[in-house]
Amino acid sequence: MIAEFGLAALWLAAALALLQLLAGALSLTSGGEGFGGVVRPVAIVQGILSLAAFAALVLVFSQTDLSVKLVVENSHSAKPMLYKIAGAWGNHEGSMLLWVTIMGLAGGFVALVERRLPEKTMLATLAGQAFVSLGFYAFLLFASNPFARLATPPAEGNGLNPLLQDPGLAFHPPTLYIGYVGLSIAFSFAIGALITREVSPAFARAMRPWVLGAWIFLTLGITAGSFWAYYELGWGGWWFWDPVENASLMPWLAATALLHSCSVLAARNALRAWTVMLGVVAFSMSMVGTFLVRSGILTSVHAFAVDPKRGSFILVLLAIYIGGALTLFALRAATVTEGERFAVTSRESGLVFNNVMLSSVLGIVLIGTLYPLLTEAMGEKVSVGPPYFNPMAALFVVPMLLVLMVGPLLRWRQDNVGRIRKGLIVPAALLVVGVMVAIVIAPGKVLPILGLALAPALAVASLLPLRGRELRRVKLPLWGMVVAHFGIAVSLFGMASDSAFTVEKLVAVPVGGTVDVGPWQVKLGSLEPVAGPNWTALEAELQASYSGATPTMLHPQSRSFWTPPQQTNESALLTRWNGQLYTVLGEQAEDGRWQLRLWWKPFVSLIWLGGALIALGGLLALLGRVWSDLRRIIARGKIADRREGMGR
Amino acid sequence: MSESATPKTSRWALWLPLAFFGAFVGLVAWNLIHPASSDVPSRFVGQPLPQFDLPAAAEGRPGLSRADMANGKPKLLNVFASWCVPCAAESAQLAQLAAAGVEVDGIAIRDHKADLAVFLQRNGNPYARIGSDDVSAVQLAIGSSGVPESFVIDGKGVIRHQHIGVIMPDDVPKLLAKLQDAGR
Amino acid sequence: MKRLLLILAMAFAMPVLADDSMPPAPYAYRQLENPAQEEKAQALMVTIRCLTCQSQSIADSDASMAGDMRNQIRQRIAAGEDPEAIRAWLIARYGDYITYTPRVTSITWPLFAAPLLLLALAALLLRKRFRKGGE
Repeated sequence: MIAEFGLAALWLAAALALLQLLAGALSLTSGGEGFGGVVRPVAIVQGILSLAAFAALVLVFSQTDLSVKLVVENSHSAKPMLYKIAGAWGNHEGSMLLWVTIMGLAGGFVALVERRLPEKTMLATLAGQAFVSLGFYAFLLFASNPFARLATPPAEGNGLNPLLQDPGLAFHPPTLYIGYVGLSIAFSFAIGALITREVSPAFARAMRPWVLGAWIFLTLGITAGSFWAYYELGWGGWWFWDPVENASLMPWLAATALLHSCSVLAARNALRAWTVMLGVVAFSMSMVGTFLVRSGILTSVHAFAVDPKRGSFILVLLAIYIGGALTLFALRAATVTEGERFAVTSRESGLVFNNVMLSSVLGIVLIGTLYPLLTEAMGEKVSVGPPYFNPMAALFVVPMLLVLMVGPLLRWRQDNVGRIRKGLIVPAALLVVGVMVAIVIAPGKVLPILGLALAPALAVASLLPLRGRELRRVKLPLWGMVVAHFGIAVSLFGMASDSAFTVEKLVAVPVGGTVDVGPWQVKLGSLEPVAGPNWTALEAELQASYSGATPTMLHPQSRSFWTPPQQTNESALLTRWNGQLYTVLGEQAEDGRWQLRLWWKPFVSLIWLGGALIALGGLLALLGRVWSDLRRIIARGKIADRREGMGR
Repeated sequence: MSESATPKTSRWALWLPLAFFGAFVGLVAWNLIHPASSDVPSRFVGQPLPQFDLPAAAEGRPGLSRADMANGKPKLLNVFASWCVPCAAESAQLAQLAAAGVEVDGIAIRDHKADLAVFLQRNGNPYARIGSDDVSAVQLAIGSSGVPESFVIDGKGVIRHQHIGVIMPDDVPKLLAKLQDAGR
Repeated sequence: MKRLLLILAMAFAMPVLADDSMPPAPYAYRQLENPAQEEKAQALMVTIRCLTCQSQSIADSDASMAGDMRNQIRQRIAAGEDPEAIRAWLIARYGDYITYTPRVTSITWPLFAAPLLLLALAALLLRKRFRKGGE
């Protein structure tokens, strides 16, 4: 019954999305204004129904209801409860249901609270949201029904891919999805603003918290995904420029650019058409990424098994939504002026530079990801990988970070460098010293040298906007900016340090043997068989001591899952303030020795700490914005009350 | 500052995003209609085999060297392994080719002698010679990217054709034709 | 396995049935004794694509063929061969697919022109955006 309830809720939500679209569209026509009142309540109910459908799927999975096809294909009764639940979104149909649920909830939330823009713009926005949702509802109901039943339920399910049976990965997809799909709000806002010709600072201020919210989740999702790949894949890599990783990076780059251009539009009424376009592009990148992953036209380690029919369906949706939005943009933006001009030395210029660089990185990632498809069409297979992406991205990121040191210190409209020269002495000196030191300690490694030299200077420069202010009075959005920019410096240092100083040891050792890796001595103590709920493993006990200190135990495992049968290496990590010891147990050699893979990675954890700081910065900014909005609403309410009181 | 003084974006620029998107849709639609094959064909077709000398992999069959391959007669070189599940599926076709007078030589990749013996006993042994390639050295040297793969070699030891994947019954006449070409 | 399972796997963990039981090649999981040579080999290996996995370099793969390729690369580096000569040797057999470092050829030059084109486009769009100095 639960599955049928879920399916019914899904159909009903789709019907309401249609109603929301029609009522919203009619309310924009002359004489149709009466329909406007329906839109917000419908959007809210639609959100609740989509959530109900999703809850039904989670319930079906948690009960391992083997009459549901999706459960049979992706679950197993012997799985721990956490992975039974995570199984609900660890597959194509379930994750698409999560997609429409987030779209529905985001739309409902906007309908509930967002009242800063003219009502017409809001109605157009909500109609736009419903229009996009409808396509994905259709995709679910006609091509990916998650609630389909089997005529004859089998005795047992196929199980979930062992690599996905990890607490980190259970929550990684929902986090990333909230980010991806949250950007749909920016997309709908852009459409609403284009339709009603309402591109204004108020529009930017209204859109910004929504973008910020999605961006925080996206940042966390990417950071967590990178960490997951790092410890789960067993080779110590944390970013591979794999198509699926690129698909998550592209919306992030667009959203980051959008956040910054929103500031320009909100403060100075400039970059109007550009900001609207980024609003369209950010969510478009989410959809493009989803298409690339689901259609299977790019080979990826993350491949969802391929179904070209579903690929075509999503491509049609893309053509309608992105093509439609960009056509609307081309037609309407001609009437949108770009807004105020500004001097070369000004806050706006810094932010424009940021936008140009971020968009260029986005362009590089997109071109590099798609290029193999282009050459394939010409009959040649080529691979584009890290040796292309790393230097090309650095080409734009390095100048961007240099400008980032100065930009936040500049005034809007016009400024002169002389005013801020004093504050920049320290970071400039750090930069020069950093380059010299880095050349000495990491000779010949160009990108790590740049990273090692830039990071400390950037860290100091990112704090400069706080200089000469009374810290208790500094507003939250400014704290947010400082923390996020500081996070970039932290993350950059981790990346550079990992690639410059990592020590790798691949060795075969007998039980009782010792290996040196960097400052560590690692002794292979013993090997024990261990068993989990749906796996057995061989577990090594490693005694690792840092420069002769008391040893700490690590327990890497070589795991064998039986549903489906597969082997994985479970790495064991030991984190110190100055880096991580990364250990993997390999196979037994013929002479009885055991293969160990050991890495000492100085400061590698700063990569993800930095990512978390960037997200925290976003959160602070969001709280600051929401708080000041709330205060404004309350204040306005009081004034209204007073007026009412006086009128009496 | 008045509205008239503020710059407008050039009209053509506004259509750029749509143009890029159109190009993207065209590209991926082409790729959806013509799905890329996951095969990585060898660039070594047309080139003479490199020098190699592999020890025997099975009882009663000699090993395989370049000199054995270039003795004036076209041959089929089959890259396989007993642990490769699909490889068993082509044994009937290999036997058919051998029955048609083709000399089929094998290279067993990363294989234990005992496993290979069981494999040959179960699936038949169409091979004249089987070389044992424990570190995929010859496989890499001829540009083979997996098992099973088969190469048509002419009498001078030049690779004339590569067949990727299992030899299906329909492939037999095609391979016979290629072998005949190679013999000319 | 046509069904839409999220197979992150393929490459990282081969299904038990489809892999051999041979011990890995001598230098598949063993570093060269000479650190300078090992560094050269490592730098090459991270840019060579694994053939039996999807979208991974041979330096990050547990596939046995990737192990054999690492073995061969390490041995050839140890024998004094130049890494770029080894890359060229592999390209001669597998085409440009094998290398993650795209070469500049008649069909890949746009990849390398892309940054310039992007900057030119930005300059073109922004040319009217700024006020003239001191205005």
